Amino acid sequence: MRSWRGTSASSCWARRWLSTMAPIRCVGAITGPGKGLRRALSALSFQISRGLWKKYGDKRVIDTPISEMGFAGIAVGAAMAGLRPVCEFMTFNFSMQAIDQVINSAAKTCYMSAGLIGVPIVFRGPNGAAAGVAAQHSQCFAAWYGHCPGLKVVSPWSSEDAKGLLKAAIRDDNPVVMLENELLYGVPFELSEQAQSKDFVIPIGKAKIEREGTHITLVSHSRLVGHCLEAASVLAKEGVECEVINMRTIRPMDIEAVEASIVKTNHLITVEGGWPQFGVGAEICARIMEGPAFNYLDAPAVRVTGTDVPMPYAKILEDSSTPQVKDIIFAVKKVLNI
Amino acid sequence: ASRVMVASRNYADFANEATFEIKKCDLHRLEEGPSTTTVMTREEGLQYYRTMQIIRRMELKSDQMYKQKIIRGFCHLYDGQEACCVGLEAAIKPTDHVITAYRAHGFTYTRGVPVREILAELTGRKGGCAKGKGGSMHMYTKNFYGGNGIVGAQVPLGAGVALACKYFGKNEICLTLYGDGAANQGQIFETYNMAALWKLPCIFICENNRYGMGTSVERAAASTEYYRRGDFIPGLRVDGMDVLCVREAGKFAAEYCRSGKGPIVMELQTYRYHGHSMSDPGISYRTREEIQEVRSKSDPITLLKDRMVNNNLASIEELKDIDAAVKKEVEEAAQFATTDPEPPLEELCNHIYFNEPPFEVRGANQWIKYKSVS
Repeated sequence: MRSWRGTSASSCWARRWLSTMAPIRCVGAITGPGKGLRRALSALSFQISRGLWKKYGDKRVIDTPISEMGFAGIAVGAAMAGLRPVCEFMTFNFSMQAIDQVINSAAKTCYMSAGLIGVPIVFRGPNGAAAGVAAQHSQCFAAWYGHCPGLKVVSPWSSEDAKGLLKAAIRDDNPVVMLENELLYGVPFELSEQAQSKDFVIPIGKAKIEREGTHITLVSHSRLVGHCLEAASVLAKEGVECEVINMRTIRPMDIEAVEASIVKTNHLITVEGGWPQFGVGAEICARIMEGPAFNYLDAPAVRVTGTDVPMPYAKILEDSSTPQVKDIIFAVKKVLNI
Repeated sequence: ASRVMVASRNYADFANEATFEIKKCDLHRLEEGPSTTTVMTREEGLQYYRTMQIIRRMELKSDQMYKQKIIRGFCHLYDGQEACCVGLEAAIKPTDHVITAYRAHGFTYTRGVPVREILAELTGRKGGCAKGKGGSMHMYTKNFYGGNGIVGAQVPLGAGVALACKYFGKNEICLTLYGDGAANQGQIFETYNMAALWKLPCIFICENNRYGMGTSVERAAASTEYYRRGDFIPGLRVDGMDVLCVREAGKFAAEYCRSGKGPIVMELQTYRYHGHSMSDPGISYRTREEIQEVRSKSDPITLLKDRMVNNNLASIEELKDIDAAVKKEVEEAAQFATTDPEPPLEELCNHIYFNEPPFEVRGANQWIKYKSVS
């Protein structure tokens, strides 16, 4: 899967309003074990499902009515009965209507049945802030889903992440929530030979060091990994070398990767798009405090997050509601006292 | 004095089968309904009788154990509604699928879980069908998806199971049960729409026992004709206290679904003797007289017994023997459920994931760690 179908954020936005008129929410059912190949049917939203229905037809790519609670429950039931569905939410904001099915029906069933019933389902869709979509369409759900035992939660940044994590999610016999990002759909990434191969899979639960550094560790997920890398290249000109870690998985979190990095750099900043309270960064900081890496910190760990406010519409306000590159640079300099 | 044989019991004296008139079902968007006569064999009758008695005894035993505080938390009892699960099970195959809500002990039994495993699950022991980790509302077995605690959530799940049935093409169907209280949930209407749109082989079954927790149907629903609530989906209203009526309607509905026509709704008019759960005495919103009237005039087990005896399918003594055997089985199961040990602490964090390599789980503080295996 080489490309996130390239469209700029603004035309994605236009397309989405169109599609609320002609609803396109896909539940792609994937053939169960014993039926041959399991194909990564990424029924991605906006344009991404284009071509899938043509190729696989009604039986495997299902266009649903706008009934999130209903179709999420149907997807979970189908998973319990032996299919391997990929259930798409147009954005994760709408998953709130179905969240009971994700948590109480999907996440907890294996435990409640003492391992009798597995739920091999993937819930995917865009998460977090887009551009100009305002408060009800901009929430980040990483912390909410990351809170729950029984779920796995992944958050891709690059095309390689998207492909490898989606394949891993589909192959996983457990419920996986895949938090994509609408603004990233339009961004092209290099894809290595290895990543282009048919069976390229990224293990769930392993972070990746996107950039090595020695002075400070920046830990992030999804779109803000890109912001961290931009900040790192600006800071490099001033002689500050940042190590940028792309979490890739929110739950189970690869805290060991962060710890190993802190042993090297002695400083930590977490960067996320979601709100600060009870968030991903808060969890990382708490775990670092509790673990061996605490003794290697030369300064308190710091969080860069979305502003603690429902997302406003006006561009000037919106720009101050999600972390900008300058906010990351400012934080780095504060932590390093430069 | 010579010995004279006063009476003898000879099984050749019984009839092999008998034909019964059953109540006509109310129909919605259907030209024809289930037959109003049905044949029941002696063997079938004895099996239905035994099964309903086991469930009755099991539920009463649970009541007792709950009051002794050996069962904790939620306990929603099914006594009074036995004809529903027994009749439905008689109408379908073991390879069909069933999902229901929290008043699930009856179906758990008819779907194949032994009484001792049900009671041990209620008492939270390792011999319970979910190793003690699920409790009353979370019992599962092959082709039975629980046992669901969130009112109405099981309905989309059931349609999903039906979708899988259709996909695999093995002519299986899914019975998706819910109560009169759940019938007002929005997600059920979302599910009706999708099931009808995609012609899912799903039988939506409303077990209308007249009360959603403590609220009577008249006070909860603008329309209490639950068999019509599927609107564009055909429906049947069935006497849920008559096991044969439920069986015939179940067969009718199963055939409808299997023929590819799509979903169908069944409303079973039934009654629960207990309150909503063990925390509800069940008499603040209904009268003792009403409960007594149902018991004396419509009890499903008594109805079946009278039919069998009056039609020479069984004798009173024979049924009494079954009662004694059932009592013994339930007593032994209860004995097991009170003496089996609780699950070991090592079990605490197992089965968080399915088919996963072992991993560590955080306990109450960072120094307490558990292992999780699948």
